[in-house]
Amino acid sequence: MEHIKTLNTKRLQSTVKDGGCGECQTSCQSACKTSCTVGNQTCENNK
Amino acid sequence: MIHTFKNNGINIVMDINSGAIHVVDDIAYDLINICDEKKIYEDGKAETGRKERLIEEGKKACPGVPAEKIEQAAKEIEELVEAEALFTLDAYEERVIDFSKRPNVVKALCLHIAHDCNLACKYCFAEEGKYHGQATELMSLEVGKAALDFLVKNSGVRRNLEVDFFGGEPLLNFGVVKEIVAYGRELEKTHNKKFRFTLTTNGVLLNEEVKEFANREMDNVVLSIDGRKEVHDKMRPFPSGAPSHDLILPKFKDLAESRGQQRYYVRGTFTHNNLDFSEDVLHLADEGFKQISVEPVVAKDTESYAIKKEDLPKLFEEYDKLAAEMAKRIGKENNFNFFHFMIDLEGGPCVYKRLSGCGSGTEYLAVTPKGELYPCHQFVGNEEFLMGDVFTGVKNEALRDRFKRCNVYAKETCKDCFARFYCSGGCSANSYNFNGDILSSYEIGCELQKKRIECAIMLKAAEAAATA
Repeated sequence: MEHIKTLNTKRLQSTVKDGGCGECQTSCQSACKTSCTVGNQTCENNK
Repeated sequence: MIHTFKNNGINIVMDINSGAIHVVDDIAYDLINICDEKKIYEDGKAETGRKERLIEEGKKACPGVPAEKIEQAAKEIEELVEAEALFTLDAYEERVIDFSKRPNVVKALCLHIAHDCNLACKYCFAEEGKYHGQATELMSLEVGKAALDFLVKNSGVRRNLEVDFFGGEPLLNFGVVKEIVAYGRELEKTHNKKFRFTLTTNGVLLNEEVKEFANREMDNVVLSIDGRKEVHDKMRPFPSGAPSHDLILPKFKDLAESRGQQRYYVRGTFTHNNLDFSEDVLHLADEGFKQISVEPVVAKDTESYAIKKEDLPKLFEEYDKLAAEMAKRIGKENNFNFFHFMIDLEGGPCVYKRLSGCGSGTEYLAVTPKGELYPCHQFVGNEEFLMGDVFTGVKNEALRDRFKRCNVYAKETCKDCFARFYCSGGCSANSYNFNGDILSSYEIGCELQKKRIECAIMLKAAEAAATA
């Protein structure tokens, strides 16, 4: 495309079917302890 | 729903419900905003006549732009609508009902291994380890073992279990930490589980033995340091008032190096006293740390060091400044990770995780030295939130259900917020502490979160441009 570059190919819709296994980290376990930061976490199935 | 913003000279369009992120030129940026204002693709459909309407509106709004450019940009916009990557509708709300019925599984514990501390940090939400007047106390091995047994028993088919050694200062009870880890390794063999341990420490008691143990056993270590010496020492003194910065900095540098600059964070807190916190982040980066997390203090507004609403413009500026500096460092030796700007656009969490948030009170629980269970470390000591104990399990099921129902659709302020699938509704403890309700939101926290997401996405765009 000339005017638009899309940064990512993954779509949230596609995770509806196969998501929800729950193997991922809980967010406060990483560093935060005072906020809630979920978007930066990695799906265990994509590691 | 979309969100458009400009940061560091980059035009960005976020499609909230698909998670698609688009970097666009000025023409497309204006046209997409026209679509939003005029509700051209409001229903997520690219029906006949809509592109023509967009072109017409675009020509009116941008008279100096050649018609063929507007037509091409409109064509690209419509292609993205058709591909469900722009103006995508929200199709997840109904999933929340199913999700709230999911089985009760615990996969992570925050072990309050020591309700005692050897520093007297002024902003400590744990009140120097005493947590709302709880007695100074160390966790016994018996409680620690019972906690791991409780976790294994309640973890269902989940294999990866997380245990965080927290306090107070965990190294005041290092002997028990070692024994709990050894017990966990035995359980792994007999129950086909994998424990991922994290140690949080202020560094005062960090020595060669702790370092060797941490590097062998800890998946992650969180090292508490606020940044510049004067900033750190003002808020993190010893009980005598003596400074702690110079004692811990060399030890943290050594530990970070010994871990290959991986699987750790130096973790600081900024307050009203250092609104120029980007200087603290850069100070830590220039000391050689590669994994950095510096986060806003959460404190009642009666405290002099609390972040105030009027501080927000300055803090936004600081986040922008930090992000711009990090963009300059992409691909260079002095680059570093900033925890709150990390975002995983390709391998990030599934929509279920994004809807349900941090898991406090359900998948994640805190354990006191006595073995009591609370929804998370921030609720410890508040009797209203006592859930049970590690010996007899979760007894307060009504409370667990309240946390289970906590999701982005249950929070009024999240419904129209572009950040809802990144912060997942924010921190329940902050919501409760500021508004008395876990289903409310903490306004200052939300505003800062939104700014951080914009910066994080700008950095992804800058990285993509650098590698293109």
